[in-house]
Amino acid sequence: MPLIQIKQLTKRYGENVVLDGISLDVDEGEVVVFVGPSGTGKTTLLYCTNLLVKPEGGEIWFDGQEITTAGVDLNKVRQRMGMVFQEFNLFNHLTALDNVRIGLTKVKGLSTQAATERAQRELEQVGLSNRTGHYPGQLSGGQKQRVAIARALAMDPKIMLFDEPTSALDPELIGEVLDVMLRLAKEGMTMMVVTHEMGFASEVADRLVFMEAGRIVEQGPPQELIHNPQVERTGKFLGRIGKLHNSLSAAPEESSL
Amino acid sequence: MLQGLIDVIPYLLQGTSVTLSVTLVALSLGFTGGMFLAVMRVYGPPIIRRLAAGYSLVMRAVPVLLVILIMSFVISAIINLPPFWAGSLSLALASSAYQSEIFRGAIIAIPKGQMVAARALGMGQPKAILNVIMPQAIRNAIAPWSNEAAIILKDSSLVYVLGVPEILRRAQYYSARSYEPFLAFGAAALVYFTLTFLTNRGLDALENRIRIPYS
Repeated sequence: MPLIQIKQLTKRYGENVVLDGISLDVDEGEVVVFVGPSGTGKTTLLYCTNLLVKPEGGEIWFDGQEITTAGVDLNKVRQRMGMVFQEFNLFNHLTALDNVRIGLTKVKGLSTQAATERAQRELEQVGLSNRTGHYPGQLSGGQKQRVAIARALAMDPKIMLFDEPTSALDPELIGEVLDVMLRLAKEGMTMMVVTHEMGFASEVADRLVFMEAGRIVEQGPPQELIHNPQVERTGKFLGRIGKLHNSLSAAPEESSL
Repeated sequence: MLQGLIDVIPYLLQGTSVTLSVTLVALSLGFTGGMFLAVMRVYGPPIIRRLAAGYSLVMRAVPVLLVILIMSFVISAIINLPPFWAGSLSLALASSAYQSEIFRGAIIAIPKGQMVAARALGMGQPKAILNVIMPQAIRNAIAPWSNEAAIILKDSSLVYVLGVPEILRRAQYYSARSYEPFLAFGAAALVYFTLTFLTNRGLDALENRIRIPYS
């Protein structure tokens, strides 16, 4: 059974239909990369997957359980889905170590000692064992994003959701974040990634999903989509993506929080 | 003149503990109430938001002295409140409205992504408010809050109308007894200035101490 099953998912903001009946499965260990023009619902799809944004219709199944039904403890569900944001969203008042530790102590209820050990290990994994005492304001963008990845991984997620993790980074810092993601993919982590990094997509993705206007236009192995698209629109977009690289897709409203 | 000061200052200083008690009660209850109202206004359900906003609006539109008089002559007639408590609670009610505005602003100023990231980790909303939003909001709030602390310290003099023997009340006694109003009220001003100055200095130091590095 797929780890994630999305069935006929719809989301609109007022008149604006952001997700128009998306259906998609993600298998365990699979890396799925979402591409498409700005404002086509890729980010919204990720935010709906862990229900930070509530969809209007459709179902989401996660690890054999429907999570779009009433009475599901969403805090428990989200603990098992790691999320990484375009703007990092590190907790500004906490050091790198405390950023990674806070989920372990306040959500999982680990002892300070156990949490510290785990957090140090995660920071070491992303190459930041020499930055544990630094505050976000003292870190570069690439370092912040690696702390954010460590923060998510410390919770032992079954899947990682990446929302344009390199879009807010200076070009020379993108590589260090992609390297961490690459390693993660090789270790078998299930990943849903929204990105314009076609190099990463073609190298790492098991499947490329091209979205436009709230729908999936075409999906398949990246090489096939890039070199032999079945839909004209896909080829046009992927050909132009270099130019689109710096455009930022609008983040969805988080009013439901 | 100097002899007069040596006379009057110790007399006024006996009221200092009363002034500080009124201030402390008003500020700490005002802090609790203000924080609660602010959280309700930002995160509460729509009807609670409106109630909290309405309370703040009304309280800030009415003179504090009037609140003190209502508390002491209307409420005290129903439940027996000693003048000290009638005065302190009135100031606390007013201050909670002002403090709710301070904390609301401080909460709203925090980037939305902070709450989003907390929820994505699996924190419930109350936990996220407590562990992520509040520690940052309080830091944002210290500068405007020290302003409010100075205002309450000075407004604590209003409870003199209830006969609470704080600094101003004592200055008045002294003036009436010695026929030296300039000396009495001048000395009172000096004491208030010193207290306010020290309070602000203390809060500045606190602000510096808990400042987030390089933010």
